[in-house]
Amino acid sequence: MTDLTLSNQALATRPAPPNEATAFRLPTQWIGVAPFFIFALMFLILPTIYLVVGAFQRSDGSFTLDNILQLLSDPSISSSYWASIKISFWSAIIGAFAGLAIAIAIVRGGLPNWTRSATLTFSGVASNFAGLPLAFAFLATLGRVGIVTTLLRDVLNINIYAMGFNFLTTSGLIAVYLFFQIPLMVVIIVPAIDGLKKEWGEAAATLGATQWQYWRMVVIPVIWPSFLGTVILLFANAFGAIATAYAFAGPALNIVPIKLYSQINGDVLHNPQLGYAIAFGMIVITGLANVFYIWFRTRSERWLK
Amino acid sequence: MKSGKFWAWVVFIVGAAYFFIPLMATVEFSLRMRRGVHSFDAYQIVLGDARFQSTFLYSVVAAIFTIILGVLIVVPAAYWIRLRLPQLRPIVEFITLLPLVIPAIVIVFGYIRMYGSNSPLPFLGSNMGANALLVIGYATLALPYMYRAVDTGLRTIDVRTLTEAAQILGAGWGTIIGRVILPNVLIAVLSGAFLTFAIVIGEFTMASLLNRPAFGPYLQNIGANRAYEPAALAIIAFAITWGCMSLIQILSRFAPKSANRPN
Repeated sequence: MTDLTLSNQALATRPAPPNEATAFRLPTQWIGVAPFFIFALMFLILPTIYLVVGAFQRSDGSFTLDNILQLLSDPSISSSYWASIKISFWSAIIGAFAGLAIAIAIVRGGLPNWTRSATLTFSGVASNFAGLPLAFAFLATLGRVGIVTTLLRDVLNINIYAMGFNFLTTSGLIAVYLFFQIPLMVVIIVPAIDGLKKEWGEAAATLGATQWQYWRMVVIPVIWPSFLGTVILLFANAFGAIATAYAFAGPALNIVPIKLYSQINGDVLHNPQLGYAIAFGMIVITGLANVFYIWFRTRSERWLK
Repeated sequence: MKSGKFWAWVVFIVGAAYFFIPLMATVEFSLRMRRGVHSFDAYQIVLGDARFQSTFLYSVVAAIFTIILGVLIVVPAAYWIRLRLPQLRPIVEFITLLPLVIPAIVIVFGYIRMYGSNSPLPFLGSNMGANALLVIGYATLALPYMYRAVDTGLRTIDVRTLTEAAQILGAGWGTIIGRVILPNVLIAVLSGAFLTFAIVIGEFTMASLLNRPAFGPYLQNIGANRAYEPAALAIIAFAITWGCMSLIQILSRFAPKSANRPN
C-alpha cells in the first residue's frame, strides 16, 4: 500500500519538466487554428448571439418576451413566416424528388454517357445561378411580355395571366426556386447513388428479391440519410433566399427575408427590437430543421446497423 | 429494363426542357431590343454603361479579397487540424456548416448592429471599413465551400510526412504552409476560389444592406427600371457562372489522386 503511494508520488513528481514543456508549447499548438476561431467567433457566432439576445430585450436593454410574442400575434409577420415556410418546404420537397429522379435516370437509367456529364456540368452551374439573374431569366420567359407568355398567347391562344398565373404567388415562387433547388439536389445526390454497388442489386436478385423489394430494402435505406440531409439544405437555401423574390416585386412581397430586409433598411415595423425577433425566428426555423435532420439521421443509422 | 430506359429518357428530357426553355427564352428576349430584328443592342448598352463597369470591377476586387481572406483563414486551420488537432474536426466542421443554416441576411444584420459607427469596432464608420466588412461577410458565406475544397485537397496528400520532411530540411511554419502545403493543395484551393467567385460576383443582400456599390445592387436597379437589359445581364451572369464551373472541372482533372482512393 505504502509502496503504491510512493511509486505514485514518484510518478507524479517525475513528469514535471515535460509538463512545463507542454504548458509552454500550448500557444503554438493553437496558433494554426486561432485565426479561424477568432474569425468565426467575431463574424459568425457573436453577431448571431447579439441578435438572439436582442430579440429578448426592450430598447432599454431589459428582458422581455414581447418581441417574440409579437411575431405570433402580428398577422402580417406570422403570415410572412407561413408563406416562407410553405415556399421553402414545397420547393425543397419537389426539388428533392425531381432531382432524385433525374439523378437516378442519368446514373441507373441506361442513358448514354454524355447525358450524365452534361447534366452534372449543367447542375453545377444552375445550382449557383440564383438571385437576381435567375429572376430576370424567368421574367424574360414568363413575364407579361416574356417569350413563352407571348408564344402561348399568339400561337395557342392561351393567356396565362388571365388564367391567374403570377410569380408573386406561392406556387409561382416555388416554380422559380426549383430552378436552383433541383440542380443542387442532383449535385449532392449523384455521389450517393454512385455509392450503390452493383453487387447489392445482384445479391438481392440472387436471393429472389423483386425490383420493388430491392428498392425498398436496399436502395432507399442507403440513400435516405443523404436524401434527408439535402432536403434540409434545400429548405434552408430557399428560406434565406431574398434576391430572386426581391427582383420580382421589390419590398412588396410578404416573405420573411424580405420583411427583415425592409425592417433593416427602414424600420418599417416601428420597433427596432422586432427586427431582432424576426432574425431570431429565422434562425430557430432553420435550426429546428437541422435538429430534425440529425434526429432522422441517427435513427436511420441505427437501422443501417 | 426497357421500360426503365424509356422512363429515364422521359425524366431527362422533361428536366432538360424545364432548364433550357427559360435560358433560350432569355437569350431570345435579350436580342429583341431593336424592333423587328435581332440585335446585340441590349448587350452593347449594358457593357458600355459606366456603372456596369465600375460595379462589376468593384465586385471582382471584392471577390479577390474574399478569396485571399478565405485562404488565409481556412488553409492553416484545415492543415493544423489534420496534423495536430484532429479532435477539433467536428467543431470546425460544424462551424463551417453554420453559414448554410444562418441566412446571409441574418449574418449581415448582426454586423450592422454590432459593428455600427458607434460600436467599439466601428467597421461601418468609414468607407474602407464597410468594404472590409463586406469582404468579411462574403468570406463567411464562402466558408463552407472553401473549407470542404481545402479539406478534400489535404486528404489526397500525406500532410504528416510532407511536414516532417520539410522540418528536417529546416523549414519554419511559414515556409511549410506557404511553400510545401499550399502548392500541393493549390488546385483544391483554386476550385474553392472559383466557386467563391461565382457566389460573390452577383451577391445582392449583403452588398445592398451594407450600401456598397457592388454588382448585385446594380443588377437590382437595372432589373427594376429596364426591359431588355436585365435579360442580357442574366445571360452574362450565366456565362460567368458557367466559366467558373468549367474552370473548376478543368482543374479537377489536374488534381492529384491519392493512392487510397479507388479511382
